[in-house]
Amino acid sequence: MTWFRRENKPLPSVPEKRVRTEGLWVKCDGCRRILWKKDLAENQELCTHCGFHFRISARRRLELLLDDGRFTERDASLESTDPLEFTDVKPYRDRLRKAREATGGRDAIITGEGKLGGQPVILCVMEYGFIGGSLGAVVGEKITRAIERAETARCPLIIISASGGARMMEGAVSLMQMGKIAAQLMLLDQAGVPFISVLTDPTTGGVTASYAMLGDLNIAEPGALIGFAGPRVIEQTIRQKLPEGFQRSEFLLEHGMLDAVVPRQEMREYLIRALAFLRAQPAAPPRAATQSA
Amino acid sequence: MSDSLPNSPDPESLQAAAEEALSQELAVLRGASAPAAASSAAGAEDEPRVESEVWRRVLLARHPQRPTALDWIGLLCGDFAELHGDRRFGDDPAMVAGMAEFRGRQVLILGQQRGRDVKDKIRRNFGMAKPEGYRKAMRLMRLAEKFHRPILSLIDTQGAYPGVDAEERGQAEAIAWNLREMARLRVPVVATVVGEGGSGGALGIGMGNRVLMLENAMYSVISPEGCASIMWRDAEKKEIAAAALKLTAAELLALDLVDEVVPEPPGGAHTDPKAAAQMLGDALERALVGMENLSGADLQAQRCARFRGLGHFYQEAPAR
Ligand SMILES: [Zn+2]
Repeated sequence: MTWFRRENKPLPSVPEKRVRTEGLWVKCDGCRRILWKKDLAENQELCTHCGFHFRISARRRLELLLDDGRFTERDASLESTDPLEFTDVKPYRDRLRKAREATGGRDAIITGEGKLGGQPVILCVMEYGFIGGSLGAVVGEKITRAIERAETARCPLIIISASGGARMMEGAVSLMQMGKIAAQLMLLDQAGVPFISVLTDPTTGGVTASYAMLGDLNIAEPGALIGFAGPRVIEQTIRQKLPEGFQRSEFLLEHGMLDAVVPRQEMREYLIRALAFLRAQPAAPPRAATQSA
Repeated sequence: MSDSLPNSPDPESLQAAAEEALSQELAVLRGASAPAAASSAAGAEDEPRVESEVWRRVLLARHPQRPTALDWIGLLCGDFAELHGDRRFGDDPAMVAGMAEFRGRQVLILGQQRGRDVKDKIRRNFGMAKPEGYRKAMRLMRLAEKFHRPILSLIDTQGAYPGVDAEERGQAEAIAWNLREMARLRVPVVATVVGEGGSGGALGIGMGNRVLMLENAMYSVISPEGCASIMWRDAEKKEIAAAALKLTAAELLALDLVDEVVPEPPGGAHTDPKAAAQMLGDALERALVGMENLSGADLQAQRCARFRGLGHFYQEAPAR
């Protein structure tokens, strides 16, 4: 029960900002110590003192996780058509362009195939650096296609979330992606193909309220913010400070919402172990054709 | 229910503000004033009121006299027998559900209940359901499926309740579960946004084979106020945000996100609830008749296909 707790250091309280100084050094939000970035990179972006989990890019995640870091990307060129022609203080199109430049991707997710301990898997990894990892039409379509491929190939699916939720700039289009993905996951579930959801810091809003909570296993990195409403919204609603550790992985584990909290350096081995248990069931007769209502 | 009263962003004062703004709007409309007069009549707005048509609908969707879910149920159905509880934690008065007779059929009808007077609104948490509300809804939808009864869902909520207790009991999981399990149902599901369709809390009972919207209802990923305070850092920009979010029934229809817009009497459903219910009832009946010959497997496949097609607003990036 305690194997995931490596340190007894308290996790940072909710509103802590991830301030990173430019250059070669970075300050840890867990222990406030100054770390050399190179040390951090060699330690899977975990604080060498306190084990604090720094946020990492989707690409880096894939490198750390997969056999030989090898990955075949799919649907990499899908991009948003800005369905609402949304403009707030600046046009959504400009935000998209900036996010593409910053991350090198076309939207907030990378999907494709790789191997874990020799076992082929279909992976979707969200990129928090792309407009807060928000779920819009492109993320929705890419995940949906990944689920369809998983079902066809009877190949386990892993979705690694890092997201502030639905993408406001795509309005109800983004909201409906929650339903679109959940319906597809129902078909995958019905087909008996495994799905593991990995929640990382942060996973909130419409992403938590759809696919991130629908895994056969829902597992999280330590200290990740996970919830439906953001802490700020809740504080405004109840007009109280939230308790220490509220909506963190360990809190969710305690409340029965997660199967396990798994530190980053154990994640790969954990997933390999889990996939040994979660075996895709042999193909059943065509889906939804078993009984009639 | 909640051990502390919901006291902010304060739906109550929001409601009052909506009422106030609405009466101003209506005064303007009645006076047939020129658009220039409209902007001054709205008081402290700096921005020109270019989107007043959208905002007028937001106010109608939230109108204090607009029929609530229980009002609709009373107008649409006979012999309603409410069913309570999620059999896990409690009974959420913000979500109502029950057996009913609708135009000669036994149906399960459910929806978020905003409440009618102040006391009732507080008891019902202003229609903001907690996990037990979503779990009650799903439990009863399963019951309907077992006995081959169609499901009518009435959506009217600012959103799922954002509170400590709701988070502790897994608000996100409860909604996610409903999205997936509603997709699985082998009976007809018709979801209608009758008032405010607030984000995941609305979609949590919204996975219909057919999804309808009343003419003056709204359906959005976030409230205009929430969007304004995040994107403009100024909640007063709510009218501009409302227009930018494209949350009206006509706009959702144009985006292919809803299947049908149900007309309301001129001036909104509250001006003539009976006539409004007649039109809604006709649309619901048409939807049910249209699914009469589908098997359970067909119904599930149809619903999944419907959602599969939503939001094809992506393209292959041109090669660089
Ligand atoms: Zn540290």
